[in-house]
Amino acid sequence: MTETANLQRTGLYEAHLALGAKTTPFHGWEMPLYYTSILDEHRSVRSAAGLFDISHMGQVWVSGPDAQAMLDGLVVSDLTQVAEGRACYTMLVNEQGGILDDIIIYRVAAWDYLVIVNCGTRAKDAQWLGTHATSRASVDDISDGRAIIALQGPKSAGLMEAALELHVNPLGRFAAMPLPGWGERAWVSRTGYTGSDGFECFLPDAFARRLWTRLIEGGKAAGLSPAGLGARDTLRLEAGLRLYGTDMDETTTPFEADLGWTVALSKPAFIGKAALSRQKAQGVTRRLVGLVGQGPVPRHGCPIMLEGRDVGVVTSGTYSPMLERPIGFGMVEIAASRPETALQVTVRHRAYPATVVKPPFWRHVPAHTATT
Amino acid sequence: MQTPQELRYTKTHEWAKVTPHEIAVGITAHAQEELRDVVYVELPPVGKVLKQGEPAAVVESVKAAFDIYAPVSGTVTRANADVTKSPQLVNTDCYGAGWFFAVQPSQPAEVEGLLTAEAYAKLIAAAAH
Repeated sequence: MTETANLQRTGLYEAHLALGAKTTPFHGWEMPLYYTSILDEHRSVRSAAGLFDISHMGQVWVSGPDAQAMLDGLVVSDLTQVAEGRACYTMLVNEQGGILDDIIIYRVAAWDYLVIVNCGTRAKDAQWLGTHATSRASVDDISDGRAIIALQGPKSAGLMEAALELHVNPLGRFAAMPLPGWGERAWVSRTGYTGSDGFECFLPDAFARRLWTRLIEGGKAAGLSPAGLGARDTLRLEAGLRLYGTDMDETTTPFEADLGWTVALSKPAFIGKAALSRQKAQGVTRRLVGLVGQGPVPRHGCPIMLEGRDVGVVTSGTYSPMLERPIGFGMVEIAASRPETALQVTVRHRAYPATVVKPPFWRHVPAHTATT
Repeated sequence: MQTPQELRYTKTHEWAKVTPHEIAVGITAHAQEELRDVVYVELPPVGKVLKQGEPAAVVESVKAAFDIYAPVSGTVTRANADVTKSPQLVNTDCYGAGWFFAVQPSQPAEVEGLLTAEAYAKLIAAAAH
């Protein structure tokens, strides 16, 4: 018990214990790792629905007439293109173009933005945003006492509508709407970190507990399972989504992370623009690629070779329950980054074959387009 | 937790099934329960010489890789190809179809130093508190 002594707990902690969660320390928080099995929870999300407590993630409120201009100067994407009720996946970068964090910005009203930041970078991000606050653009870390509940999987829409008693299915991908009656600053969005359809709800703890219970009870017959950080990691990897601090950090640029699509160099100005423009013109020397392997699971730090020569390193890896094969991300020299390149990953001093692929590793096929 | 009487055990959660000509090795119910989702098993090749207490095999869960230690010294006589093909056998049948490998012991007396079922059951009960 000593390893969990000084950890923070979310407002749903008691609910996790009641469901038999096995918990793990994660960036200072005691979070569910799994309830029954990582693989079972993963498959529940792909086939039915999985319910996640991700309240450890930070919620930063940026508000005021200059909120958009202030945020636009700090992120790589063009926020003038983000309408009210829409969300945007983007990155905070430093002057060198290095990624400070990958974030999702929800424009919940014309002058109001909810910025969701990673748990491990919450304090750093809030401070960074805070140093750019003005009398016309306030910054507040509103995370304390609030929760984020993610419901992910093909059955999410029906289950979420029943639990919220609200018509949320019309929401498009990366759209958000308010949740009247669910407390202060409560929203639901069609976003997630799994590659499956799903929703995320941002709301105060007391309302989150009610919603959690309703979803668990109401979802039982449909095959809903609570899911922990273990399945969250295998799901995000299968969906080809990066993990900050593992796949990329302040020494990685968006182009190197193969997230160049988020960068709007056409914007008049933002921190890091000069460095990123230069890199765009010169081209990158290394890039994050997807790897499909054979044999053991590639882990963070495993060396990658091309024809016997060291060309990079695995940044994250796992076993893909849908592909039933090991998959991972690797940061490799540009010469080794082309899809279908045959590489070798060294695990426990032995080289195993791995092929470069363009992520995602797994993609949802809508029922009406699936071949019979 | 299941702890078959006829087996001997290690503190590192391997079991050893002693028969006249060889000793079969696997991991205990407690170990597979802790690992949970076994996705990969790497076994020593037949003919490999093992020393008691040294890493002999590797088992990987979704989260991490773990060494499996040789309960006794000896030469590997058989390795379970089924478990490398279907690693989930470790979770579903750790004392049966999920066995790892068998050795011809070079120091048969080492068996006497292994834990009895009763002693092993006590060990894991104590660790749970």
